[in-house]
Amino acid sequence: MATIAIAVDDRQKRPRPRTRVLEDERWLAFALLLPTAVLLGLFIAYPFVKGVLLSLSADRVGVSGGFVGLANFDKIWNDSIFRTAVWNTFWYTGVTTVFKLFLGLWLALLLNRHFKGKAYIRAAILLPFIIPTVLSTFAWKWMFDPTFSVINWALFKLGLITGRINWLGDPDLAMTSIIIVNIWRGVPFFAISLLAGLQTISPELQEAAAIDGAKPWKRFWYVTWPLLLPVTMVVVLFSVIQTFADFQLVYVMTGGGPANATHLFATYAYQIGIGTGLLSEGAAISLAMFPFLLLIVIVQLLYIRRVETR
Amino acid sequence: MRVTRRKFLRATGAGTALAKTGGMAAILASGQAPAYAQTQQVHWLKWNDFVPASDVLLRKEMLPAAEKELGMKINLETVNGNDLQPRVTAAIQAGAGPDLIMAFNNQTYLYADSVVDMTELAEDLSSKEGGLYKYARSICSNGKMFMGMPWAVIGAMIAYRKSWLDEVGATTFPDTWEAYRDVGKKLKAKGHPLGQTLGHTFGDAPTFTYPYLWSWGGKEVEADGKTVVINSKETIESVKFMAGFWKDAYDEGGLAWDDTNNNRAFLSQTIAATLNGASIYIESLRKPDQYITEKGTQMNKDIQHAPLPKGPAGQFGFHLLQSHMLMKYSKNQAAAKQLLKWIHTTSNYEKWFISQKGFATPCTADWEKHKVWNEDPVMTPYKVAGRLGQAPGFAGPPNAKAAEALSKYIITDMYAKAVQGTPAEEAVKWAEGELKKVFI
Repeated sequence: MATIAIAVDDRQKRPRPRTRVLEDERWLAFALLLPTAVLLGLFIAYPFVKGVLLSLSADRVGVSGGFVGLANFDKIWNDSIFRTAVWNTFWYTGVTTVFKLFLGLWLALLLNRHFKGKAYIRAAILLPFIIPTVLSTFAWKWMFDPTFSVINWALFKLGLITGRINWLGDPDLAMTSIIIVNIWRGVPFFAISLLAGLQTISPELQEAAAIDGAKPWKRFWYVTWPLLLPVTMVVVLFSVIQTFADFQLVYVMTGGGPANATHLFATYAYQIGIGTGLLSEGAAISLAMFPFLLLIVIVQLLYIRRVETR
Repeated sequence: MRVTRRKFLRATGAGTALAKTGGMAAILASGQAPAYAQTQQVHWLKWNDFVPASDVLLRKEMLPAAEKELGMKINLETVNGNDLQPRVTAAIQAGAGPDLIMAFNNQTYLYADSVVDMTELAEDLSSKEGGLYKYARSICSNGKMFMGMPWAVIGAMIAYRKSWLDEVGATTFPDTWEAYRDVGKKLKAKGHPLGQTLGHTFGDAPTFTYPYLWSWGGKEVEADGKTVVINSKETIESVKFMAGFWKDAYDEGGLAWDDTNNNRAFLSQTIAATLNGASIYIESLRKPDQYITEKGTQMNKDIQHAPLPKGPAGQFGFHLLQSHMLMKYSKNQAAAKQLLKWIHTTSNYEKWFISQKGFATPCTADWEKHKVWNEDPVMTPYKVAGRLGQAPGFAGPPNAKAAEALSKYIITDMYAKAVQGTPAEEAVKWAEGELKKVFI
């Protein structure tokens, strides 16, 4: 009888087998990572692998076409519209990122000062970023409308132009227009992120520099900027990834036109893959973005690591 | 009244065979869900009609009547015409989506493997209504099957301001491209240019550029559907003429227009003439006091319609043809066919046709005799749109390759490039390269 009682006691004290497994750190780590791994696998890895397989096939909508190796990549490489889209994507990403960085930094420095209604202004500048992109882009599309542009009307009334500016009908102006809208939409993200970075810099450092006789520009260049650089690099990284793969803004504003002059990787992939139903070619165009993006991200991450370990 | 758990179980069990005999307890004991007579549901996806009154008629009157008569639920979804093709692609790849989807032009060929044969319904309609037009037949049938049920032809004619053309000496509408350019030049000088989109649109851009190309003697391919012959003397001539024509006579903002811009520009008195369905005129009739000319008269009294002018090779028209595809993945194919049969019944279809006021021309010959065409002479040119249309892919068949070329906007972009300053020979060579990728 006594033996049985002891055995029961032992059973109560000993953790259940499932819990025991989790006492091992490796298993615990595995269990904790599992939900994230499943989500990443389902929504990132699976579509990616599927996209790769699709790009190596001759599949069209509703028709399975079999394996064709790199034929789709060869085809798009000889496609003049694809080459235009590649150039456009780099130009669009480069120009908008530079402008967003400078304007965002400028805005962040202004917002970091003390003035009346600071909280309201900070909230208000986020508006372009908060409004759904499709909605705000439609408003911009109307403002750049070839016939009823309010911008043209204002410039005309101010006596600055005599005829209409063909914002979305001229290839260069259409590109400029989408760049303007992207900058407008992206500056608040830079401003708020950099503002958060600025607020982590101790004011004492600025004061010390000021006491040592440093002028505002020197204080910015030798104190603020080096301390803000890690945050800036991360913000630029996020922005580059988003801008490089941008779709909705161009799709709404120009649809890639006029005559394919403003296509980016994503819009051209959509036109070919979804619009025309050439799924495998669309996947190839979409995947062609990947090596470029990967290279950009690796270079930036290496730079961030260097800055952080400096 | 307090509802106890017991009362609730009894109430929810009512109406089913099992519940009648033993309520929820019997259902649970049986171990399977009760079998209900399911109401069939048909999901129909079509474009947002340019005559909004027709969509209202469908939603408020016709489909409720169909639901009652056929004992089914009908879910009508309308989207922008440009969004139909992406929706088809997504639905086919997912194997789920709307049961009936509207297709434009020869898009039907792109999805031939994913749709149900509609031969029986189409031939039945053809035999009852004086025969399907050859144009509709060539677009909806590949000779083996009807990939779509022909619905209507949206005629593309030039809507123009009669008084403004009179003012520049054109008392009758110019019948050649040269004469039209001449008139357009004078109109532009007076601040009323011609209007035309050369953008990526499903309607106004290709229905202009294709017939324009054909009228000069240009074509994408030979009759074999394989030999690309776009790079011809005739095409180059047409492109050269277009580049000058655009500068001389057109509103240069048209490069960025979609299918609605020309409607707005015309109704706001910015342009004097534009290729369009009859939606401009119908809108001006709908709101006669809103659309007023500079002289204070109703604009609808000053609008006339004319076909595209002739070129050296003749006069052509490409009119947007709409059909409905019954998707293979649909689990409601029988119900969807019933709905199509119901809506194509002459008395039902007539209600919809009248609401269109001539904007849509039916695909069968008997409708040419309908009184709608005699009520308003301004609409008369649209009567024969279905009879006169020519399909993209000419001189070859309007097959999947022709549909791919159309979906890629190659012909429209060829002209748009030239208008933007690319030399005509270069623009045509570019189009030749693109077409070869498609057709060969």
